Amino acid sequence: MITGPIGIIFYSILLLFLPVLLAPLLKNNQRVLINASFLTASAASLLGIVAGVWTVGGAFTNRIILAAGLPDLPFHLRLDPLAGFFITVICLMSFFISVYSLGYIKGYLGRRPVTSLVIFYNLFLAGMMMVVLADDALFFLISWEVMAAASYFLVMFEDERIENRRAAFLYMIMAHIGAIAILLSFGVMAGLTAGLGGFNGYTFDAMRQAQFPIGWATTAFLLAFFGFAAKAGVVPLHVWLPEAHPVAPSNVSALMSGVMLKTAIYGIVRVTFDLLGTFPWWWGAIVLIFGLISAVMGVLYALMQHDLKRLLAYHSVENIGIILIGIGLSMIFTSFNFPMLASLALIAGLYHTMNHAVFKGLLFMGAGAVLHATNERNMEEMGGLIHRMPWTAALFLIGCVSISALPPFNGFVSEWLTFQAFLLSPALTSPLLKLLIPLGAALLALTGALAAACFVKAFGVTFLGHWRGHRMPHVHEADWFMRSGMILAAFTCLVLGVLPTFFIDWMNIIPEQLLGTKMGAGSGAFGWLWLAPVARERASYSGTIVFLGILVVVVAAYIILHVKPGAIQRVPIWDCGFGKLNERMQYNSTAFAMPIRRIFGFLFHIRERVKLTPAGAYPAVPKRLHYYLRIRDRFWGWLYRPVVEFSFWMSRRVGRLQQGRIQAYLIYSFITIIVLLVFSK
Amino acid sequence: MNIYRFVIEFLQIAILLTIAPAFTGWVRMLKCWSQGRTSAGLFQPYRDIIKLFSKDVLLADNASWIFRFTPYLVFGTAVLAGGIIPMLSLELPIASAADVIVLVALFAIARFFTALAGMDIGTAFGGMGSSREMTIASLAEPAMLMAIFTVSLASKSTSLSQMVHVIYSGQTVIRPSLAFALFAFILIALAETGRIPVDNPATHLELTMIHEAMILEYSGRHLALIEWANMMKLFLFIMLGAATFAPWGIAQTGEPAAIFAAFLIMLVKLVIVGAVLVIIETGLAKMRIFRLTEFLGSAFLLATLGMLSYFILE
Repeated sequence: MITGPIGIIFYSILLLFLPVLLAPLLKNNQRVLINASFLTASAASLLGIVAGVWTVGGAFTNRIILAAGLPDLPFHLRLDPLAGFFITVICLMSFFISVYSLGYIKGYLGRRPVTSLVIFYNLFLAGMMMVVLADDALFFLISWEVMAAASYFLVMFEDERIENRRAAFLYMIMAHIGAIAILLSFGVMAGLTAGLGGFNGYTFDAMRQAQFPIGWATTAFLLAFFGFAAKAGVVPLHVWLPEAHPVAPSNVSALMSGVMLKTAIYGIVRVTFDLLGTFPWWWGAIVLIFGLISAVMGVLYALMQHDLKRLLAYHSVENIGIILIGIGLSMIFTSFNFPMLASLALIAGLYHTMNHAVFKGLLFMGAGAVLHATNERNMEEMGGLIHRMPWTAALFLIGCVSISALPPFNGFVSEWLTFQAFLLSPALTSPLLKLLIPLGAALLALTGALAAACFVKAFGVTFLGHWRGHRMPHVHEADWFMRSGMILAAFTCLVLGVLPTFFIDWMNIIPEQLLGTKMGAGSGAFGWLWLAPVARERASYSGTIVFLGILVVVVAAYIILHVKPGAIQRVPIWDCGFGKLNERMQYNSTAFAMPIRRIFGFLFHIRERVKLTPAGAYPAVPKRLHYYLRIRDRFWGWLYRPVVEFSFWMSRRVGRLQQGRIQAYLIYSFITIIVLLVFSK
Repeated sequence: MNIYRFVIEFLQIAILLTIAPAFTGWVRMLKCWSQGRTSAGLFQPYRDIIKLFSKDVLLADNASWIFRFTPYLVFGTAVLAGGIIPMLSLELPIASAADVIVLVALFAIARFFTALAGMDIGTAFGGMGSSREMTIASLAEPAMLMAIFTVSLASKSTSLSQMVHVIYSGQTVIRPSLAFALFAFILIALAETGRIPVDNPATHLELTMIHEAMILEYSGRHLALIEWANMMKLFLFIMLGAATFAPWGIAQTGEPAAIFAAFLIMLVKLVIVGAVLVIIETGLAKMRIFRLTEFLGSAFLLATLGMLSYFILE
């Protein structure tokens, strides 16, 4: 009998396997299957939330050893506050999304069987929780693969479309390249810990105690960072993400974008701060630079999209960048021995991890509701949905405001903390860093402002104005299960934004354990109302007062102006008297992004052509206009195309071995045996 | 004492609400004089607002709640910002709810919703205004942050009252970094408040308007709130600049005499800034929208130079 928080999580993972086993039995009754499995997933996630909150709050560290794996290689599981925090994030979102799925997946009823979706959904959740619990390299990698494989099958769910199969294939390749790097990184650490002869070095405990020479530590770090960056979608390893996330069912997109990417963040924090422990400053600089590039490029790519889910997927690249900025700053501060500042930056990164999970989950759920209602992902065809789907629109708007880092919602709190961490960088002794790090703050500000522009576009084009498509489908509002999932997430966005001090006090144990110091003067030092990371004179923010202040003035102005019932007349749009205004004349998403495309266009590979068909006698008044625009990722041509071409070239060369004659193959086998006999003594 | 501090808070908001239209009137009056026209007087903005409040609202058929909610929100954020920026005194009870970064974000919320409202009706103008406004904002934001960063280097704080304190207690040496930051701030403020050469507040010509394009469909009390909030925004940016770069006059205590003196000095500053603004606006022409990259880029560069000069010279 396993007790304590880790026991709760252990049983909740077991509970997640229950639908996996039951699914084949229930496959003839899909409705019962959906209800049973997603209710089980919700219950398991609730248990996980309890355990996670309890672990972090009580600063417990529990461990269990399961004699389950290979002989002499038991699985080690450990739950410390860092793992508890990520368990909380994972389970919080999987709870919201499982509730949402109860409604969303029913949309597939009668269209296609969902048995495989249910099985892999639950395996996916279990895999993510196991990754965070793992305390040895073997179990970590097994869980990592369970997570990757389950999500691969989820991306493949609607496999009749070629784009889905291609996306899934690309995803699998990138996931495995990453996994190989992680495997090698653990191999380096384990080999240095206990020598190459035994398997004693494979537990994380052994790695924690070992001292690594700097060269090997750097190798291990770079391999781990590469591997986790490939999973997190850090630019330039991001190409799979905008392909794979949008084509999965929307509840899975929400899980992948909101939660799965966070396991990579967990991996980076675990390996650098916990397993390796000490590091030179330039490791932090690498993380910071890749974070900045991902943040800016992610949001710029997002602005160029007109597929709603792809746009959201690119925003995940951006937000992973923002999280890495916090972590990178924390590493730099740690190596210069400023633990207080390092803990501020780490809290900023981790808080953004939680925030991003919540609002990105919310946004993907909203996009799913739109997809469910309209069967449309292309924003150029949408518009005016706020009238047909008022709930979804309002909840999606909350997500947009949160991700655009606007107070009083949660995205602002973590960006504000990151800015404060940036503003403290003049404390560093290195003059070069003093000068260069503030420029990073400017890039972060650029990212925030562009994100706001992008979400004005996303919300404005999707929900406002008139329907742009040729044929208006029958649009229906999301059902109550979907609404509840989104309402819970939206409410969490508000609470995380208005009452940040409670959550920061709760998670302050993580920097204390990893860096030895809590964050600054403590968030609660001036009462729960004020978030003052260093000192109140330095900077303070109160989400509560900002929220209440705006609310009071808005309500007061509204009441004052409505003392006498004001006349509002509904009239048709003013069309300047021409009377030919139609919905195709509205700004669409390509038009909205045009100024930004023109300003930052040099970062992309853009091909834009306009073709006019003149109308006979009046060449000045064209009959028809063709506008052609293609925007491509430069990284694809720079980085991936050569690799792809090289591997095809290699395959052709190696392919010459394939003669198709049995004699040749027998000679190959013979030579192989001889070589093995000679060398393997 | 505590209640008295709230009295100052309310006094400050009342001054914001009442003086902001007069300041806009003052700018328009000077502009008319400098261009050889007869002005409508200092109080014309009040008459405009009152007129708009008493008119009915004409709402397009497909306007959603966002369109109706935005004017209140824009007004609300402006009033809240007025309670945070020290205009008369540093003794503001809610001032520590927000530092400069939060203030910038408060203006960003107003902009976000105005841009959404611009897209709500579904006309081409609205979308055009929203797109341009968000583009300009995204270029202005990094420059704004660098200016804030430069100023906060000296005071080691992003809290406005702390910045004022440091300038009061510090030596009176002129800091080159502050001069650079001030220039950058002026350029950004022109962009953020939609003045010439970035945007022309008086234009309704299709191809040039930015802010006006977004609010083109508003009428009645909604328009009154937006116009009023816009006047307050101009006023607040001047107060923000005054508190950061020339805080002299702002009372450090809550004594009535000091507050009154602060009020008078504030009026003097407004008169001067209004004159400078008119000189800029009559001396320059509105820029093409794609020239704004250079304009805001130079603001960013100035702010960065300010930061460098702090590390090198000070």
